[in-house]
Amino acid sequence: MVERFSGTKDYVAGEDLMMAVNAAIALQRPLLIKGEPGTGKTMLAMEVANALARPLFQWHIKSTSKAQQGLYEYDAVSRLRDSQLGEESVKDIKNYIMKGPLWESFQSESPSVVLIDEIDKADIEFPNDLLRELDRMEFFVYETKELVSATHRPLIIITSNNEKDLPDAFLRRCFFHYIQFPDKETMTQIVDVHFPGIKKQLLQQALEVFFELRETPGLKKKPSTSELLDWLKLLLAEDIPVEALKTSDQRKSIPPLAGALLKNEQDVHLFERLIFLNKRSERK
Amino acid sequence: MVLLDFFFRIRDAGIPVSVKEYLTLIEALQHRVASESVDNFYYLSRATFVKDEALYDRFDRAFGDYFNGLEALPDDFLKDIPEEWLKKQLELSLSEEDKKLIESLGGWDKLMETFKQRLEEQQKRHQGGSKWIGTAGKSPFGAYGYNPEGIRVGQQGSRNRRAVKVWDKREYRNLDDSIELGTRNIKVALKRLRKFAREGAEEELDLDGTIRSTAKNAGYLDLKMVPERRNAIKVLLFFDIGGSMDDYVRSCEELFSAARTEFKHLEYFYFHNFIYESVWKDNRRRNNERIPISQILHKYSADYKVIVVGDATMSPYEITYPGGSVEHFNEEAGAVWLKRVLDVYAKVAWINPTPKARWKYHESISITRELVDDRMFGLTLSGLEKAMKQLAK
Repeated sequence: MVERFSGTKDYVAGEDLMMAVNAAIALQRPLLIKGEPGTGKTMLAMEVANALARPLFQWHIKSTSKAQQGLYEYDAVSRLRDSQLGEESVKDIKNYIMKGPLWESFQSESPSVVLIDEIDKADIEFPNDLLRELDRMEFFVYETKELVSATHRPLIIITSNNEKDLPDAFLRRCFFHYIQFPDKETMTQIVDVHFPGIKKQLLQQALEVFFELRETPGLKKKPSTSELLDWLKLLLAEDIPVEALKTSDQRKSIPPLAGALLKNEQDVHLFERLIFLNKRSERK
Repeated sequence: MVLLDFFFRIRDAGIPVSVKEYLTLIEALQHRVASESVDNFYYLSRATFVKDEALYDRFDRAFGDYFNGLEALPDDFLKDIPEEWLKKQLELSLSEEDKKLIESLGGWDKLMETFKQRLEEQQKRHQGGSKWIGTAGKSPFGAYGYNPEGIRVGQQGSRNRRAVKVWDKREYRNLDDSIELGTRNIKVALKRLRKFAREGAEEELDLDGTIRSTAKNAGYLDLKMVPERRNAIKVLLFFDIGGSMDDYVRSCEELFSAARTEFKHLEYFYFHNFIYESVWKDNRRRNNERIPISQILHKYSADYKVIVVGDATMSPYEITYPGGSVEHFNEEAGAVWLKRVLDVYAKVAWINPTPKARWKYHESISITRELVDDRMFGLTLSGLEKAMKQLAK
């Protein structure tokens, strides 16, 4: 029986997302996840690993990351140094090969989950360098002349923020899912999962403020799920009454603790100006 | 082969699917990833075939088209409807009773027929009400209204999530674009302008150097490090902004973001229509924070390469006469200032987003072309490649 993912108690997954994850599990192909920042792309890998009780190997990509680092790195410098000191370990090159997350996952005793986070951060050729490794789930270690191939093909989840930045050959090998921004209903579910005891009224009011804020035209960075959750946490911690949210009609004043929602200086500026304009037009 | 038909329908819709993806879908079906329902099949085939959220809408249309045996709405059919007329302004809030009261009209065919009929009858923008096409009404046509079986036209996001089918919701409509220049393509084109050099912090092991100095050191290890190889090309980028450039904002943004990641030494400036005595770095503070061109000429050495992005579409006076600028009184003509830039920097490329076929109709473009010694290139992939080749010479 193939394992199935159907969300967890901490993670609300849409039907389409579940389908994409399950297809990737069944066919053992990589899954590419895109979506606005803060919609839970990285969380997904952790939750899938949790739900399936598989070990998770994380590989966070930086602009200087090389594909090779995911497989292994050969530390020639320490070997040279050790050879000067006459260490015993020098004789075996294996002592100087450091396994990367992909190697670790290939060797894992049970099927695992690998997260390749923010693949678009790396150099433009990065995904091409991983084609064979992700396809065949094997690679060659030149230093020791051994072929490492996966005992269990891991489930590989790749996240990306960028539009159209990945080569076709790479995309062909993946399943793809775009996490859409949740609607109010789903958002209520998500908040319920994170703050089970939250007052209905407060939540409703907060969501209203939140979605209205998202609609503000011209925002550089719209607040997303993770910002909403942070904001709610603050609201609860500060014990802000529902009335404070109600009176703060978007068009007239800034909602309390708005700093958690708007993180871009230009956005705050824009928002303040809009409020100012609204106030003025009302006075007339 | 029903599935093969479907595959070709998706391909015809302009979604780049390959045999590999088709086989993947068959494999997934064999594994019974999706149960029998059409909804599940929709999700599965979308995850398999579509690799770009901008294509979700096209896929939705092709899918609905195939599975409902409907006639797809041709795109120009929608374009014929004036945009402004469909713009949402009102929103309809209906109670549950109201919703129940609204009855769905017959099938899709009937809806379409009536839709076209009404479209012919109706001439101007319409809002509210329950017969005409427009937004926020109860008629089955137009968006932001409520009718369970309505046809959505010109809707930007989903309101009442009760459309007939998931794919019929076409939630990804505003993401669809047919821009050929993706950032990836641009980056590949810009790559031609790479000149690797080692500069900056020393972080890589210099094998040759280490061997040499270790040998000198009588066999004792002496590590030598070198800086990593980086693209050492230096670029000054001037962007025309506002006015006639608004049409090309998208492609310019793509070019800009690609250039920013590709070139480590990149300085960018904005100007309006033509380069005069000063430019600016922040469009919001363009009036008080201007940078004189003379300062730029002194600050950045002559080995910088200059790329100007602008449509060069304006009145010829704006280039050739003092005081010709539309925004301020310029004491010296734009041509003089451009000449000064050209005198300092030998490598210059002017990238013009207007289609090349239209260049000859604008006198200002011809003048500019002459000024830059015909080093004007279109904002297309081939144009960019030519420009980069020319700059790399």
